[in-house]
Amino acid sequence: MGVGIEVQNLNAWYGNNHTLQDINLNIPANHATALIGPSGCGKSTFVRCLNRMHETNPIARVTGVVRIGELDIYSDAKPVEIRRRVGMVFQRPNPFPTMSIYDNVAAGLKLNGYSNKRSLDEIVERSLRNSALWEEVKDDLRKKSGASLSGGQQQRLCIARALAVDPEVLLMDEPASALDPVSTSKIEDLIFQLKSQYTIVIVTHNMQQAARVAEKTGFFLNGRMVEFDSTHKIFTNPSDKRTEDYITGRFG
Amino acid sequence: MSTGQFHFRSRMRRVTDVAVTSLAILATLIVVAPLVAIFGYLLYKGTASLNLAFFTHVPAPPGELGGGMANAILGSAILLMLASAIGIPVGIGGGIFLAEFGRGSKLANAVRFTADVLNGVPSIVMGVAVYGLIVSQQHSFIPFSGHFSAFSGGVALGIMMIPTVCRTTEEMLLMVPHAVREAALGLGVPNWRSVLSITVRTASPGIITGCMLAFARVAGETAPLIFTALGNQFWSTSLKDPIAALPLQIWVYALSPYDDWHRLAWAGALVLIVLIVMAVSLVRFVTSRGVLKGTS
Repeated sequence: MGVGIEVQNLNAWYGNNHTLQDINLNIPANHATALIGPSGCGKSTFVRCLNRMHETNPIARVTGVVRIGELDIYSDAKPVEIRRRVGMVFQRPNPFPTMSIYDNVAAGLKLNGYSNKRSLDEIVERSLRNSALWEEVKDDLRKKSGASLSGGQQQRLCIARALAVDPEVLLMDEPASALDPVSTSKIEDLIFQLKSQYTIVIVTHNMQQAARVAEKTGFFLNGRMVEFDSTHKIFTNPSDKRTEDYITGRFG
Repeated sequence: MSTGQFHFRSRMRRVTDVAVTSLAILATLIVVAPLVAIFGYLLYKGTASLNLAFFTHVPAPPGELGGGMANAILGSAILLMLASAIGIPVGIGGGIFLAEFGRGSKLANAVRFTADVLNGVPSIVMGVAVYGLIVSQQHSFIPFSGHFSAFSGGVALGIMMIPTVCRTTEEMLLMVPHAVREAALGLGVPNWRSVLSITVRTASPGIITGCMLAFARVAGETAPLIFTALGNQFWSTSLKDPIAALPLQIWVYALSPYDDWHRLAWAGALVLIVLIVMAVSLVRFVTSRGVLKGTS
């Protein structure tokens, strides 16, 4: 089951560049939340702060509080533990190129020392079914490399890989921006199904996509969160002038 | 622009195209020619003396005809196994340090510089250095020290392998896309595990190529062995005794006054090249069997 995310006074830097300034918001459990905004506004940095990937860059720095469920991720736990509970899907599909489809899905478990073969088989099948890829790959699980799949299939493979470690939250950083429309709609259908089991945060440049998949939407601009509300309200009756300008296409 | 000018320019473009293409083909031929020439000449000179005895007999005493290089073939195999056992793990470990754990640090820069200098050290100097360290004096902490030995020869060749293996490992690891590293970290895999199981595995075809290059290079080295392995006219498989090696045996025979030995030297050179090619192909074959469809 998913858990809620509570963010208080979150600030983030790349070197001297203050990329996120005083972010406060509550992301509800078992819903999809979309983050929109122009390029460079800090939305990717924001999701990377939710699983402590931001700090893998040596010049990056973070202050503030992020609670995933009950867990204060910056003071109570190690990055490695948090990333197991908060899965991530990246902008470009990034399967492990030398691994088979099966090994890609099982990677998170195997590399953390899990080796019960029968339950691995089950988890791999369940994860691939949940990411709507099972029927397309079930005959080539061990024969083909993850890199041999099409771009859309690779992205669903990456989703399966993230689901296999049984996270509570799934972060998606523009998961469909490198895909064609058919693959994009498959990913969107998937988000729709997955949010019953996981809390989903999706960064997107595509406002229709935000409107289609998310209950809540946050608008970021220049490192600040301008507005956070129900998706319906953001797209029909935003309270802030800048949000209105952005969604009506007057800038960005 | 008038049509005349247009035709002139388009003709000029075609002339340039033909000229540049011809130059490229010529350069390719010049690259391939020495290898073909060497191999062809070796086949021509070497096959005449190749017979079963070459692979089964030890060298005949001076003045007697016949004999073979069986001990040198085995000796080279032993020396190269020892060299690989030293050079490959140390080189790969150093490369992993340079690319992953020490990237940008002062120590890494110093190690990289040292490896590059070591790569440029002439092989005869390597032989003399190992002679000074291991052969010329006895140390309680170095096995088989104080005399010529197969061990010291393997050490000399192994040290020569380190810089090539180290630097190619580093280059290959740096070519692994950042996205692949992020994918592993994003799954909650600890950094050291991600480096060993994901990054190194992704780069492994290139790393293996680097190891093969280093292997092939030292397989033909004579100079480092002159002061260390020394050579041996008899069967020996012991690490503590001097041992025969194909390049050494070729060198000794080629400098000898006997025609029969000259012929054997040619045959030895042919066998050395063929064995190196076979060893490299075998490793390629074995390591490519595990590769999946669609891996590039």
